[in-house]
Amino acid sequence: MTTISQTPWVVVLGWGNITRSDDGLGPLLLERVRRAQLQHVTVVEDFQLQIEHALDLQGHGLALFADAAIGSLAPFNFIQTAPLAGVTISSHSLAPEAVLDIYQRVIGETPPPAFVLSVAGEDFSVGDCLSPAAAQRLELAWDFLLQLLQFPSLENWQAAAKTIAGAQLS
Amino acid sequence: MPNLETAPSPQKLRRIAIDPVTRVEGHGKVTILLDEENKVHQVRLHIVEVRGFEKFIEGRPYWEVPVIVQRLCGICPVSHHVAAAKAMDIIAGYGTLPPAAEKLRRLMHYGQMVQSHALHFFHLASPDLLLGFDSDLTRRNIMGVLADFPEIAKQGVFMRKFGQEVIHHTAGKRIHGTGAIPGGMNKALTQEERDLLRNGVDQIVEWAIGSVRMIEKLHLTNPRFYNHFAEFGTNMMGLVRSDGAMDLYHGGLRATDAGKKIIFDHADYSQYDRMLQEGVKPWSYMKFPYIKSLGPEHGWYKVGPLARVQICDFIPSPEAESERKKMMAMGEGRPVHGTLFYHWARLIELLHAAEVIRDLLDDPEILGKDLMADKGPWRGEGVGVIEAPRGTLFHHYRVDKDDLVTFCNLIVSTTNNNQAMNEAIRAVALQYLDGCEITEGLLNHIEVAIRAYDPCLSCATHALGQMPLEVSLQDAAGAMVSRLCRNSDGAIV
Repeated sequence: MTTISQTPWVVVLGWGNITRSDDGLGPLLLERVRRAQLQHVTVVEDFQLQIEHALDLQGHGLALFADAAIGSLAPFNFIQTAPLAGVTISSHSLAPEAVLDIYQRVIGETPPPAFVLSVAGEDFSVGDCLSPAAAQRLELAWDFLLQLLQFPSLENWQAAAKTIAGAQLS
Repeated sequence: MPNLETAPSPQKLRRIAIDPVTRVEGHGKVTILLDEENKVHQVRLHIVEVRGFEKFIEGRPYWEVPVIVQRLCGICPVSHHVAAAKAMDIIAGYGTLPPAAEKLRRLMHYGQMVQSHALHFFHLASPDLLLGFDSDLTRRNIMGVLADFPEIAKQGVFMRKFGQEVIHHTAGKRIHGTGAIPGGMNKALTQEERDLLRNGVDQIVEWAIGSVRMIEKLHLTNPRFYNHFAEFGTNMMGLVRSDGAMDLYHGGLRATDAGKKIIFDHADYSQYDRMLQEGVKPWSYMKFPYIKSLGPEHGWYKVGPLARVQICDFIPSPEAESERKKMMAMGEGRPVHGTLFYHWARLIELLHAAEVIRDLLDDPEILGKDLMADKGPWRGEGVGVIEAPRGTLFHHYRVDKDDLVTFCNLIVSTTNNNQAMNEAIRAVALQYLDGCEITEGLLNHIEVAIRAYDPCLSCATHALGQMPLEVSLQDAAGAMVSRLCRNSDGAIV
């Protein structure tokens, strides 16, 4: 079994705006990661993903992108992702796949294996509280995320993604 | 140049809208009215959102303000943070900041300058300059630059990241930090943080020198084009140190005319409203400031890198000063006013900011732990001014005895440049569009002119309830059916 001392360093990037109701799901998850004080986890929070976040992946063995999502499967989805060129580029926000692509181009290496945890949101209007549904999903997503972070290996995370995909099919 | 602000008979003209203007911060649009022969009759930069920050601030405790105002912007929150903190230093009666506190604020602010200038040049402007104004639209972005000029793009990404790390270690976060508080700073720099930043800064200075040389080389490939693109003489304004040096954190206000003749100098910025007036126009949410003594027609001015680099007597860091002299030589003794010189000036400032960061990190006082000034009598009113990446930024507040803000007036950098940006796009319309078949590439010339100012339109649309508005209803043939106007005092006419 993989133990923490043997595990790779993990970076968790979460983004969103806590004053836009359920858009705060990413930052609220990150707050819990911070409070858990896991020594092998680096936490990076921002309003949106930008080009420089590619550099935050450097030196880590696993990357996890955490965000609220519209139309995502409830309560949350968890998938492995990969670099993808040609994703829309703006100065304001990038997709995780674009960040991974930029990593390849800027660093010149393959980025660490990366996963996306999307928690389904309902209400993205101005407000500092989660909707009741999102608040419930936050609890479920946190339980899931904590398991991932306590057993951080590519195999474990791929197995978890497979389980989630299977649950969606059934 | 003919007056292109308002066409005498707009009804029969064809309208082209660039909406939204891309690769700028915030949302704006440009409208162009053309006749049947594509002759240009009206060009306007419209700001289409309103944010209302001056009203939000009223009623809040003064100590919250340096944190709240950062929400004006995700690109230069540090500028608002520091300007508000400077105003609150005065209001709360604090005296001169201890050396460590002022140096940490400077470090944060110059870190902001590095990250913002790198973002603007490499991410937003370089696709036009390196790939071509009318190059393939789908590749005219930072990814296109990464593909064709990977080293340049990488350096841009790393430089911005370095600036963000400086902010992170001084403000606590990359965006919306809390380092500056009324009277000083709430976080010292540790030896470990200093060493981390110091290890990276020499490379940043080296890359910044390379960037300035690159824009110089680019300029020299077609000096006629670069010198004269959207060229028009304007007044210029910015802060300078008491000896005339560039100082982006503190100083007196200097304004010059287009030939660098002084209009006012070393002026106390707390008296800004004696020198400047904010005008309004019914078609824009953004105000139009001007120098009072010259009036609205002749008193408008530009701020930001191109103004700062030219109005100062020298830049107090050797590499940047050397590069400044090279740029100034292009004017053969007179200031340069081609809009694309903004990029050259911006990269000179990026280099200067990197040099300042290096020197601050080498200064033992930067590790000082005495971070709060002594508190004197309550003053209740204060003005904080800094040179933000995009230009001079004014924060003016009044606070009552219950510590609550009763008045707030912000004149942000982009607002100072409002008339100049409008003049720039009119100059481009006349130079490149007038009488021509309009293509996407030609329209991008308009956006290139706006982008050169690096406008932050979100920051610039903070006023609420003060803007005149005109609504007109036209029939299908363009004839006026009805019209309603709200004046700046709120009256409907």
